[in-house]
Amino acid sequence: MSVPSKAPLRRPKPPFWRDPAKRALTFQILLMIGVAIFLLGIVNNTQDNLAARGITTGFGFLTNTAGFGIVQSLIDYSSESSYGRTFLVGLLNTLIVSALGVLAATIIGFVVGIARLSPNWLIARLATCYIEIFRNIPLLLQIFFWYFAVLRTMPSARESMSLGEVIFLNVRGLYLPEPQFLSGFGLIPAAFVIAVVASIAFALWNKRRQEATGKRLPAGWISLALILGLPLLVLLVTGVPVTWDVPALSGFNFRGGITVIPEFLALWLALSIYTASFIAEIVRSGIQAISHGQTEAAQALSLPQGLILRLVIVPQAMRVIIPPLTSQYLNLIKNSSLATAIGYPDLVSVFAGTTLNQTGQAIEVIAMTMAVYLTISLLVSTFMNWFNARVALVER
Amino acid sequence: MSHKNNKFALLTAATGLALATTAAAQAATLEDTRAQGVVQCGVSDGLPGFSSPNDQGEWQGIDVDVCRAVAAAVFGDSEAVRYVPLNAVERFTALQSGEVDVLSRNTTWTTTRDTTLGLNFTGVTFYDGIGFLVNKDLGLSSAKELDGAAICVQAGTTTELNVADYFRANGMQFDPIVFDTSEQTVGGFQAGRCDVLTSDTSQLAALRIQLENPDSAVVLPEVISKEPLGPVVRQGDDQWFNIVKWSLFAMLNAEEMGISSDNVDDMLSSDNPDIARLLGQDGNYGEAMGLEADWAYNIISQVGNYGQVFDRNVGMDSPLQIERGINELWTNGGIHYAPPVR
Repeated sequence: MSVPSKAPLRRPKPPFWRDPAKRALTFQILLMIGVAIFLLGIVNNTQDNLAARGITTGFGFLTNTAGFGIVQSLIDYSSESSYGRTFLVGLLNTLIVSALGVLAATIIGFVVGIARLSPNWLIARLATCYIEIFRNIPLLLQIFFWYFAVLRTMPSARESMSLGEVIFLNVRGLYLPEPQFLSGFGLIPAAFVIAVVASIAFALWNKRRQEATGKRLPAGWISLALILGLPLLVLLVTGVPVTWDVPALSGFNFRGGITVIPEFLALWLALSIYTASFIAEIVRSGIQAISHGQTEAAQALSLPQGLILRLVIVPQAMRVIIPPLTSQYLNLIKNSSLATAIGYPDLVSVFAGTTLNQTGQAIEVIAMTMAVYLTISLLVSTFMNWFNARVALVER
Repeated sequence: MSHKNNKFALLTAATGLALATTAAAQAATLEDTRAQGVVQCGVSDGLPGFSSPNDQGEWQGIDVDVCRAVAAAVFGDSEAVRYVPLNAVERFTALQSGEVDVLSRNTTWTTTRDTTLGLNFTGVTFYDGIGFLVNKDLGLSSAKELDGAAICVQAGTTTELNVADYFRANGMQFDPIVFDTSEQTVGGFQAGRCDVLTSDTSQLAALRIQLENPDSAVVLPEVISKEPLGPVVRQGDDQWFNIVKWSLFAMLNAEEMGISSDNVDDMLSSDNPDIARLLGQDGNYGEAMGLEADWAYNIISQVGNYGQVFDRNVGMDSPLQIERGINELWTNGGIHYAPPVR
């Protein structure tokens, strides 16, 4: 066996413009350079024009005193705080209404979505009506409905509706008692943590026991009892070290307790109810995507109905549900910027509204606001992608 | 390949040119305005007495009359105005971006607005101050009793800042309920969302008559801030700045000289040299601004003098019934004082 000569195989290398791969690469690089020059041009042009017209630029304004009040703030804020602080206040207000909205929309959406598949005629039709009504009315109108038609017609502070003289509802909002923790209360969260750790350990033991012997205990109920029962027991043993700060009418308004402003209630209700109607349809379609054969196969194994849902249907439905569910969560977060229509102090209203107008620095403020929504949305989508990968069908 | 690149270069150049020319074009507002045939004037989204459409859909008010005066000076036709209603948050951006040529929208003259926004205030059309409107049945007699009140206020106004300052200075608390438009603030006040409606006192008079029952509300005596309201133009176009500034001065001078829309034709033959100069009978004072010699004559004959404008829109001939007070001419104990035409 002789070593074949390599010389005849080596063809002359074609010039790079005849090589499709290299040619494509060249064009892509040229395009990138072109786009970069274009963007640079826009930035330079904007800066030149702003400077030429004497419009102040830069982010120095963030440390200046804001000088205006904000009605709802999760962190310490007064009119002496800085514009940077108004950004944080607005951001947190956006996050809280979005987070609570996502939570409520998910719960309502799953309940209605499953109800729509109910064999009970009335329940299924009610769920259909809910979906068709709330899905087809524009969100802004729903926000206006809750704000102007429902919450604006509440009685004045002096004629508040009350629940046992501790919870009050009037045109200024919902007033709830606020728990005030006394010394010794620290034991209760500790008991809670112990209960959670114990139930995880129990669940693991239960699983191992099932694999070994085939017998299992109702782990869900036992864990629930542990997590609720232990802190409750400690609470009773320590003599309930909590007092309640009950709101009371003084001067113009109720003082004390927790105030939930009507702007928040209206926005939260509208966002949750509107988004839930879409989530319900996503859940229904996810469940219906699983072929009936799966249920029948599970029944043939004589699994009880609850286990069929938990072990067979839901895990498979989730991989259909999660991608569109992610978009609904993102929609809800972005839709929360409609807050500005009813004066809820969210990021758009406080920062891209008042702060922008008081400082006049539109470009910086709008860029920061857009960056916030982009970041929140990317984080949510990263998390949901991770979750999706976890529940995805692993093909072997 | 070279073909492709050429196209791209052309595109870049064209876009660059487009972006660059907008900057150059805004330096000559007068020529642009002449080319369009109208003055684009930013007004409020409906504030009776200052700028609001009447039942025929025509804009009326003291701020609208400033726009009309500028149009009369530029075109000799006070109706050559395109009104752009703007809320408080939109107004400065609209002016900066060239959507409007003049902003005449009850805007308070402050250092920040005059120096950091690339804008210039041309003068003061109305001297105002912030007040509080409350329900009569609360039985309040002073703003010092407002501790703990919920206050409806319009977003992006100096009111938002001045109210916060006032409550802080007096050691009082308040809940700001902030809405985008003044209509929404009135709605919030009527529904009982807030105890107090706050704004410039002139606006409170206007908003009060919009209430279902105007007698149920009173304006508290305190005026807590200085709010000089005036027209605004873009910085860097001195010619246009002068035109807007002198349109207002012409109306103030006319009132001082006793010229009104009723007698302006008779005054053309006046022997008074001040009047002859203002009306263009002696010299041409419009020329340096790029206007005709009869610029002031057109303003006075079509719009009227400052006193007429005031009385008709916000004064005793209007539903607002606001006293002239400090808005009188300096000769009558007020502080309006226009430089002479000379």
